Amino acid sequence: MNIDAFAFDFQELNKEIKSSGQEELNIDNCMGQRYIGCGLSRGSLRIRGVPGNALGAYLNGADITVHGNAQDSVGDTMNEGKISIHGSCGDTPGYAMRGGKIFIRGNAGYRAGIHMKSYRDKCPVMVIGGSAGSFLGEYQAGGRIIVLGLGSDQPCPVGYFCGTGMHGGKIFLRCGQLPASLPDQVNAKLADDVDLQEIEEDIRQFCAEFDLDRETILDHPFHVLTPNTKNPYRQLYVHC
Amino acid sequence: MNKEGQIRIPSGCAISGIFSRSGSRFDGERIIKSISTMHDRSNGLGGGFAGYGIYPDYKDYYAFHIFYDSTAAKEECEKLLDRRFDIINLSKIPTRKTNRITDEPLIWRYFVTPLPTKLSESQLDEDEFTTRCVIHINTKVPGAYVFSSGKNMGVFKAVGFPEDVGYFYRLEDYEGHCWTAHGRYPTNTPGWWGGAHPFALRDFSIVHNGEISSYDTNRRYIEMFGYRCTLLTDTEVITYIVDFLLRKRGLTLEETAQVIAAPFWSTIEKKPPEEQEILTYLRNTFSSLLITGPFSVLLGFSGGIMALNDRLKLRSMVIGEKDDMVYLASEECAIRVIAPELDRFWSPKGGEPAIFTLNGGENHAD
Repeated sequence: MNIDAFAFDFQELNKEIKSSGQEELNIDNCMGQRYIGCGLSRGSLRIRGVPGNALGAYLNGADITVHGNAQDSVGDTMNEGKISIHGSCGDTPGYAMRGGKIFIRGNAGYRAGIHMKSYRDKCPVMVIGGSAGSFLGEYQAGGRIIVLGLGSDQPCPVGYFCGTGMHGGKIFLRCGQLPASLPDQVNAKLADDVDLQEIEEDIRQFCAEFDLDRETILDHPFHVLTPNTKNPYRQLYVHC
Repeated sequence: MNKEGQIRIPSGCAISGIFSRSGSRFDGERIIKSISTMHDRSNGLGGGFAGYGIYPDYKDYYAFHIFYDSTAAKEECEKLLDRRFDIINLSKIPTRKTNRITDEPLIWRYFVTPLPTKLSESQLDEDEFTTRCVIHINTKVPGAYVFSSGKNMGVFKAVGFPEDVGYFYRLEDYEGHCWTAHGRYPTNTPGWWGGAHPFALRDFSIVHNGEISSYDTNRRYIEMFGYRCTLLTDTEVITYIVDFLLRKRGLTLEETAQVIAAPFWSTIEKKPPEEQEILTYLRNTFSSLLITGPFSVLLGFSGGIMALNDRLKLRSMVIGEKDDMVYLASEECAIRVIAPELDRFWSPKGGEPAIFTLNGGENHAD
């Protein structure tokens, strides 16, 4: 079923999606409507146009694909399911997500994966194909964030303050050089085979989603960042 | 009801701007369409627009837009204007009745130039003379409020949703090369006509989304230089800071951005030595003008527009470019709705100004 979103405001559009009872929906002509697919447990949405902020917030199992860019807070607090963005997205994708997967073909803005957490059997994953802005994985408490740096000309595809406040989970960066500065509370090392095994399936899915060559992506050094639990935080934001 | 300046409540907001680098002029309909796409970011308690290049026939005169609560306030203010300025033209600002905009004050426009005798007596330049007069009216004439005072530009604002404010002021009748817009969701103040954005002083206008935590530090400092913050809104103090740094201290736009959104010391340490020296100097010299807390602003000025985020980038800002046109907004949808195809689409980094000037113009507001 197709929905032309242009005439709808965000409430009407979400009501339309939820009341359609369809497993597969195409939403065309999106123009900034917020909360699309929020809390959705099943089915799939294919979106064209510009979906608004908090796309797939609290997503609970549905599958969302955006053929273009997305705005801020994609997958805010999502619990399960998958969001694929064929373009780039704004700030705070994966904000506090605790399950499911977000795949972004292009770049992500500031604070990607802020406060991502894992819970029991849940382990959220976010793969960013291009580069990420500053504060990647800020306060990360669990899950995996993977940044591939495809098409990036920077030696390391992240901005400032990567992993600030990180206290759980892992960040994988596909680059030969670490970020210019990392907090003392974060450990960084070149990823070995055991580390890479952990992201093998994520990369496979990412490549399948966007029709990319897996070998080319894996044939490159990765660094892995983990919190250093022996060095707890003190006065993080004082005198900076 | 308590007005702006009497009460402070702890903002979502929407901002948008359109700028033609070649200086080609277009009417206010596109900016209304852009800002209205972000309708849900505001709550009907304030909307406004600034247009640049809209008064070519009077481009050498300051255009004062004034709200009056009463005819008595108008008479008192006009007496004051008469003593200091040659009034070339005065009229009501044309508006259109709509039930979505109510309780309007009297809204008048004056094209003025300082009286030569008064100006030479004052030993001030005409910008300073005019600035002082605007501040004087806004603080000393009860019921009168100058909300726009630049040359060849004008601010149009009200309590209401921005699309209704644009309709109310008949913005389709004005053509400018640059427009900015604001949809307000006031969180610190109750929402009054004067407190809507843009906030302007002469040709500087600011639209702002955010919540400045350094407000009182900034206010105390800037008031030492004759500015008076009467509204308790963040935007007012930003406008004065911009006027102070650009006009009175002669800083460039980049330097101004490096003062108000100064990089962290840890970031400065990583810069090359010469740059470190400049950044350290600016941060130390103007430490009280560092603006902390989340903000995204568009600064309009004669000849250009600057977008700036706080250094942590706690508010969103995206920019689209197509041929000579530049689009700046809180959300991508507000750009795509008027310009679906773009040559370039990007987000400036926190604290890094994006500056666009008319072709051949310098990156300097003067």
